[in-house]
Amino acid sequence: MTNARQFCTFYLDHLLFGVESQKIQEVVTYIELRPVPLAPPVVSGLMNLRGQVVVALELRRQLELPERPPNMTPVCLVVRASAGTVCLLADEVGNVVEVEEQTFEPSPETLSPRLRSVILGVHKLEDQLMHVLDTDQACEIQGVGQGASSGA
Amino acid sequence: MDDADDIVKEFLVESYENLDRLDRELITLEKNPKDCEILGSIFRTIHTIKGTSGFLAFDKLGAVAHVGESLLGRLRDGQLTLDGEITTGLLAMVDVVRQMLASIETSGGEGERDDSALISRLTRLQRASEAPGQSGGKSEGKNSEPVELKAAAAGAGASSQGISGPMISPAIGSVTPCPGRISDAEPHTAQEAKPDDPAAPPETVVEQAAVDIAETQRGQQAARGQSASDSTIRLDVSLLDQLMNLVGELVLARNQILQFANSTEESSLLAASQRLNLITTELQEGVMKTRMQPIGNIWSKFPRTVRDLALDCGKQVRVEMEGKETELDKTLIEAIKDPLTHLVRNSVDHGIERPEVRQAAGKDPEGCLSLRAFHEGGQVNIEISDDGAGLDQERIRNKAVQRGLVTADQAGRMSDREIVNLVFLPGFSTAEKVTNVSGRGVGMDVVKTHIEKIGGTVDLQSKPGQGVLVRMKIPLTLAIIPALIVTSVGQRYAIPQVNLLELVGLDGEQAGRGIESIRGAPVYRLRGRLLPLVYLKSALLTGEGSRKDLGSEAAAGPETATTAATGAAISATISVQAAGPGRINIVVLEADGRQFGLVVDEINDTEEIVVKPLGKHLKNISVYAGATIMGDGKVALILDVLGLAQRARILVEGREHTHGEGAQAAAPGVSGKQKLVLFTGRAGTRMAVPLDLLARLENIPGPQVERSGNQWVTQYRGQILPLIRISHALEERRYLPPEDVLTLPTMGMLQVLVLEHEHQSFGLVVNEILDIVESTLEPRSPATRAGVLHSSVIADRVTELLDVPALLRAGEAYEPTIRTQYSVTSTKAEA
Repeated sequence: MTNARQFCTFYLDHLLFGVESQKIQEVVTYIELRPVPLAPPVVSGLMNLRGQVVVALELRRQLELPERPPNMTPVCLVVRASAGTVCLLADEVGNVVEVEEQTFEPSPETLSPRLRSVILGVHKLEDQLMHVLDTDQACEIQGVGQGASSGA
Repeated sequence: MDDADDIVKEFLVESYENLDRLDRELITLEKNPKDCEILGSIFRTIHTIKGTSGFLAFDKLGAVAHVGESLLGRLRDGQLTLDGEITTGLLAMVDVVRQMLASIETSGGEGERDDSALISRLTRLQRASEAPGQSGGKSEGKNSEPVELKAAAAGAGASSQGISGPMISPAIGSVTPCPGRISDAEPHTAQEAKPDDPAAPPETVVEQAAVDIAETQRGQQAARGQSASDSTIRLDVSLLDQLMNLVGELVLARNQILQFANSTEESSLLAASQRLNLITTELQEGVMKTRMQPIGNIWSKFPRTVRDLALDCGKQVRVEMEGKETELDKTLIEAIKDPLTHLVRNSVDHGIERPEVRQAAGKDPEGCLSLRAFHEGGQVNIEISDDGAGLDQERIRNKAVQRGLVTADQAGRMSDREIVNLVFLPGFSTAEKVTNVSGRGVGMDVVKTHIEKIGGTVDLQSKPGQGVLVRMKIPLTLAIIPALIVTSVGQRYAIPQVNLLELVGLDGEQAGRGIESIRGAPVYRLRGRLLPLVYLKSALLTGEGSRKDLGSEAAAGPETATTAATGAAISATISVQAAGPGRINIVVLEADGRQFGLVVDEINDTEEIVVKPLGKHLKNISVYAGATIMGDGKVALILDVLGLAQRARILVEGREHTHGEGAQAAAPGVSGKQKLVLFTGRAGTRMAVPLDLLARLENIPGPQVERSGNQWVTQYRGQILPLIRISHALEERRYLPPEDVLTLPTMGMLQVLVLEHEHQSFGLVVNEILDIVESTLEPRSPATRAGVLHSSVIADRVTELLDVPALLRAGEAYEPTIRTQYSVTSTKAEA
């Protein structure tokens, strides 16, 4: 009972992911992003979120998943992470699910190392596995040093 | 409990302000010990602190303030005259009080401390005056004071229990004005009156105080008797920040509405939007003003800093200030505080000499440190100057070379001003040795970094024996700035107007011919000065390829130049040429004292933009200063001109050098030197032409040379370029057989200097291009043949400086070219 937690789910390349619902500020439909030349590839661009300039990160690139097909419009999950407000681009939003602690398991060894570093583990839902996204990690840019060198 | 906390907090805020003022006043008083008004003000400040600390049961604080007060009382009564020792003692007391306040603020208590040394020191200072005579009434007064203190404390204790919170703070305040005002006339009566009636009910005190609420709450200004007190309030800075943000949003909304209104015919909407425009502008100015603070706020600490430091160094320094009231944004004030302090300390520590040295040099033994601030061109200028010894340029030069910051060659060519500014280089400062030898430089790079971070610039001038002047230029505010909006590859970028010098547009033919290249670096000749160009789209090319592309593009120049054939440059060349046929827009920018032209696709407009920070993901891309939201709601990036310049330079190493030279060549006489292109003629004789005349360097394949009459020509950029062979143009050609004059080369590459003189261009075919150098052209010897101006020693070799007009005449080269340019001075942002 006390261990029940709410997750907001979304899909990436047919995989189900979940973010703790308190971490999600809002979900907005995709609006045209302002590309940022010289930024790391994972940065899709900048977004005007009601007067606030928010950086949008491509989760597929962040998780080293295949690129999104060009005809698919992503959705923007606006999350509050340690890095500030960040917009994460996903394929599709799912539901809000409530899960018990018991269904949780740490990520299997067989997952790709990149994926494992960004997810906390999986919840075994009835019909599917839900990958629990580590929002702070997902909002970090891997090897920011690279960005620095390209920007220097 | 909360009430008590509030009281303490209020007490702290007020006391800090008072202490800052105290520092200032004590220094002033030291110079003019008879100023009763200042003395009275100091006395009241200390008395307030003493009284309040009694209320709040900060006994140690009270004890320190008490001895201070007694000493001040003696001074005020004229029984003692302020001297350096007493001032130092009083300043020490101020420091101790400040420490205690800090401790109260952080831990809630005064902390474990022993101030008996200070107390006995102050008491001793007091006695020094007593010794010569009377003591009777005075010691009585001294005795009475602790009693009064306790009584007051007791009264407050009682009242704080009996009366609701808000009423207490006036009660505390009331101690200030009452004794303060009365004591001006009859201090001891006032102090003794209280102990006479220790049992006075607290309510009386409160009632009394209630009358004075208006004045007392307005703090020290009321105590100082200034009428301004009624018109000021104290505000939380975060509220101002919030207002500022809201106004920022309003400005954006206004921009959007204006854009929308301009596209409709609805006259009432237009009128309303114009009104909105005006009001928003005024509101924006008003809110900005609330954040403005006079620079005097940070300067006020300097007299004290200088005094202490001067005492330590055994120097005499006077501080002069001009433009204390100059205002700038609060955040900027904070940002420049440390750099300014550093510079002031540097001046006293290293700049100003000891009195005996100064006297020997025929100067006033008292050094002068002068601070000056004024508004100019939308920026705040701050100057810190001293009349000290100045910097030792020779040593800086040597050290910089020794430390590998510049090559000996570079150092030799630098102007004095460039030399002294070397102290701002990181790496110059860190070494202890450099500091000892050169006298200055610790952390100067930090100063520079800090100033540049807020969009300012810093420059240093030194006159040996006369002192050093450091000049800073700081923007007024950071939040909303006027900017030029440009487009590159369909995306808009904002360029802060501070960096903007002018706009140059090249149309059609000009666009094709206007851009030239020197050693592969694209340049534009702006009123005779060579302006290095940066192509925004190439500078922002992403990925690994960008370095290569940009580098080779620079080498290739906008059009096929010497090394363009390498093929590696394809992408960049294409992108550059895409802009070629149409119009070329050059935004002339200045960063770090250097000018460069930024080539963009389109120049849109000037606009007031609200600077939004980039998240931490993008902060390390030095090319951007932030982002902003445009009128249509889309995001635009704000370019960091300095970062952009650095990026472009880093990418083409060794180019900066040439740029610098190019820029300087335009201002001959600054160093008395001239930039020259060195090359060899037939038989390896060394020759030179001024770099100013050089448009570009080309390799022309032999078979492309054609003949026109007696002249070698080649098709070059859609025109016919006459070629003059250096070996033939000079007198020696008369010894050549005629067929050699006309025989065309069938193979190989010709090295050609494309020169321009009075709108004529021609190619000078030389043997080998050697280098670009700077030379004073001394010594000279007269020319030995026609076409030569004179000979001089350049780079250790005798070199002939060619007389280009004479060569032109000899070569009968004539080719008219039309070269015009127009420039648009940056228009003011339309609010």
